Amino acid sequence: MTTLDINHGGDAKANRPYHQTYTQASHFRSKDEEFDAVKIGMWLFLATEVLLFAGLFVGYAIFRMMHPEAFANGSHYLDWKWGCLNTIVLLFSSWTIATAIGNAQRNEQKALRRNLLITIACALLFVGIKLTFEYMPKWSGWFLSIDPALSHYESSKTALGGMLHFVEGYGGKRPGSLFDYPFAENPYEPMWWSIYYCATGIHATHVLIGVGLISWLYLRARKLHFGPGHYNAVEIVGLYWHIVDLIWIFLFPLLYLIH
Amino acid sequence: MTTLHGDIHGAHGHHGGHDHHDGSYLERKGGMIATIIDWATTIDHKKIGVMYLVAVLTMFFVGGIAAMLIRYELIDPVTIAQVDGASVTEGTRLAALFGDKDMSVAEADRIYNRVMTLHGAVMVFMFIVPGIPASLGNFLLPLMLGAKDVAFPRLNLASWYVYVFGSIFGILAIVMGGVDTGWTFYTPYSSSHADPGHWRVVFMILAAFILGFSSIFTGLNFIVTVHKLRAPGLGWFDLPLFVWAMYSTSVIQVLATPVIGITLLLLVFERLFHVGIFDPALGGDPVLFQHFFWFYSHPVVYVMILPGMGIISECIAVHSRKQIFGYKAIAFSSLSIAAISFLVWGHHLFTSEGELAATIFSALTFLVAIPTAVKVFNWIGTLYKGSIQINTPMLYTLFFLFTFSIGGLTGLPLGALATDLHLHDSYFVVAHFHYVMMGGTVIAFLAGIHHWWPKMFGRMYNERWSMFACVLVFIGFNTTFFTQFFLGTRGMPRRYASYLPEYQTLHQISSLGAGILLVGFLLHLALLVGSLIAGKKAPANPWGGLTFEWEADSPPTTHNFHHEPIAKHGPYAFDDVVPPHCDPKDYPLADPLPEGAKAH
Ligand code: HEM
Ligand SMILES: [Cu+2]
Repeated sequence: MTTLDINHGGDAKANRPYHQTYTQASHFRSKDEEFDAVKIGMWLFLATEVLLFAGLFVGYAIFRMMHPEAFANGSHYLDWKWGCLNTIVLLFSSWTIATAIGNAQRNEQKALRRNLLITIACALLFVGIKLTFEYMPKWSGWFLSIDPALSHYESSKTALGGMLHFVEGYGGKRPGSLFDYPFAENPYEPMWWSIYYCATGIHATHVLIGVGLISWLYLRARKLHFGPGHYNAVEIVGLYWHIVDLIWIFLFPLLYLIH
Repeated sequence: MTTLHGDIHGAHGHHGGHDHHDGSYLERKGGMIATIIDWATTIDHKKIGVMYLVAVLTMFFVGGIAAMLIRYELIDPVTIAQVDGASVTEGTRLAALFGDKDMSVAEADRIYNRVMTLHGAVMVFMFIVPGIPASLGNFLLPLMLGAKDVAFPRLNLASWYVYVFGSIFGILAIVMGGVDTGWTFYTPYSSSHADPGHWRVVFMILAAFILGFSSIFTGLNFIVTVHKLRAPGLGWFDLPLFVWAMYSTSVIQVLATPVIGITLLLLVFERLFHVGIFDPALGGDPVLFQHFFWFYSHPVVYVMILPGMGIISECIAVHSRKQIFGYKAIAFSSLSIAAISFLVWGHHLFTSEGELAATIFSALTFLVAIPTAVKVFNWIGTLYKGSIQINTPMLYTLFFLFTFSIGGLTGLPLGALATDLHLHDSYFVVAHFHYVMMGGTVIAFLAGIHHWWPKMFGRMYNERWSMFACVLVFIGFNTTFFTQFFLGTRGMPRRYASYLPEYQTLHQISSLGAGILLVGFLLHLALLVGSLIAGKKAPANPWGGLTFEWEADSPPTTHNFHHEPIAKHGPYAFDDVVPPHCDPKDYPLADPLPEGAKAH
């Protein structure tokens, strides 16, 4: 299909940035219609995200009711200060991406790029804090090996169909039976850790997906893809990022603050 | 091909493209390789619809083979006879088929459980859930709206690839030796880690998880399409009822699928990391799994049936050439079914949940029968005084009214607590859901395939032979499943390879019916494929339909319409409008009422 552009001839078009020459896909009647469609689509997708986490929240509520002491016990091992710091980091990044949308609307290319970069940095900082100060210390003392010989060790556990061996040193706070540990004060405490790791793990995965998406925005922004005439992608990735933030806002008090 | 782009475009709406020399969407673009690449990378909703049609029918075939194996095993019970002092197992037909006659009873049961799981999982996740929306829905929804495509064409193609990817996982689980958890993946069947079939179970669960995404993509796409891409003048109450049905279906797909997503993900974690959420040995709760599972899987039975109901609404109006009776009642009953369907999941857990919960869920279950019945009454009202044309789609439509009603009505004794305690997990349940899923959805699918076949492929199928195949399917279906109501009420439990000798006659009748069904389906397949090769060329509007898809060519051009259609009349205004592309002589309008006469 050739596209015959009657308004802006080839040369003129080449000199103008993408966001000025952008026209909607041919099955839409106007750019506005396309913008609306893209936004409705994203909102629907966000609804699916909320429902996905809703399953985890229901699981949390039920097991908390079933084993309240185990949950209280487990949550003592989380440091609310790290959680709080991470909350601030994410909230700040929500603000920067919201600002980035405004930048695109006002054609402030430099600020747009800067805000996208800050958002990416915050996202990475979030995952970094989570890993180094929260996950890793609790895992210390085990290592992962694909060497089957290690399964002879008495203290080892296998996972992933016997391909991975968790060989325990002195044990940390980890989920499930595979990861049982000597310090449990309550027999159901592993359940708490299961919920904790599933919820925060799936959330962190969303953060990392966000890093990918925002990096993609950044690369496009460098090519002047976004501006007043066209900023669909910035808008919807921004929406996605807010929901990732919002889910954390619920996870934080449920996991760290309620004892 | 040239497309006008630019601000003019935005200001004046579509230039229908009178200067297009637009060929049929089926036109070949060069040689074999070029054609394959063209299809594999297409974002045309029509081609994606056809690709989905081929894919889901292939899975229907795979699931169908498993069904035949199930019925083959059940021709006689598994017994242990004493021959010359040694005990010999008899009636393990599947074991014999797969090469080992002297298999132990337990071994034979294991094979049966795998075949049964394969049948259920393939039919539910790979055939009936994506089935109608992804194939006919994809093809027809934009046409019916007068649009050029769905809102997100690339997402649409992605959904097809995700579907194929997910199905490959499922097939992998099967060829690696199968899974015996049942399609419901109940824990602890699906979570006990000692099982040597570990990876197969993981793959099967992942398959269902991945297929969920393709379902969400399709649903999301359709909702946005209906909101944003209706042709000028096409208001919500001018939409064909098929579109209302697709819309309601999509709402369920988008809202229910994420819940099964997280459930299956946790199940995978359960197997890989033993997180214990559903495992009682670790303090988890298997009933929680059942709640999560049915929170998705009950609404999803309406994902299966609503599109079928949409097809029936179209067929019944067009082939009895009459304004549909109670348009708004049908449209809103679709929406209310979608809404209520989220409140009744507990009726699958009557025997495992608390009494109070069971009572509430029972009451709510009866509610869902109301909008369903509203539809049936409206369809029958439409037939009344219509000029009914008996052809394959209409025959299937009438067949649907009969079998679906049986399916819906037998849901009521299952929804009542006292009777369900007796019927639960018996063949009565099996018969119930086959009457709704097969007697409802599959039959409606067949009606739809025949109704829109000329539109999709530009060829007429052979009417006489297709009607004959339809009758075979009708007889085969009822022979197979009506017997199962009796089996169930007499106490035959579901999911067993063997049974007491007194059930044998009924089981054999059922297996015989399955054979007739198979012949019927194969005949349909041959007729449809045959029509592509030797069928008469189809006119643009063979049935005299009034919805937009009949304004397009048969098969439609790549951009669907030569001019963007404008809605000037309702979708079923058969009394006032001569259908597009039709001769007014063949479609005389109703005489205006004589002066002073009263309308009845
Ligand atoms: C009038 C509407 C309906 C009512 C009142 C109803 C009621 C029920 C009840 C109470 C059960 C549970 C029986 C038991 O396990 O003891 C059941 C099972 C089932 N129903 Fe329905 N149903 C209705 C319509 C449908 C429709 C339209 C479909 C699908 C298209 C469907 C598919 C199923 C399936 C697949 C099962 C069994 C699932 C399993 O355990 O494997 N039902 N129904
Ligand atoms: Cu149900």
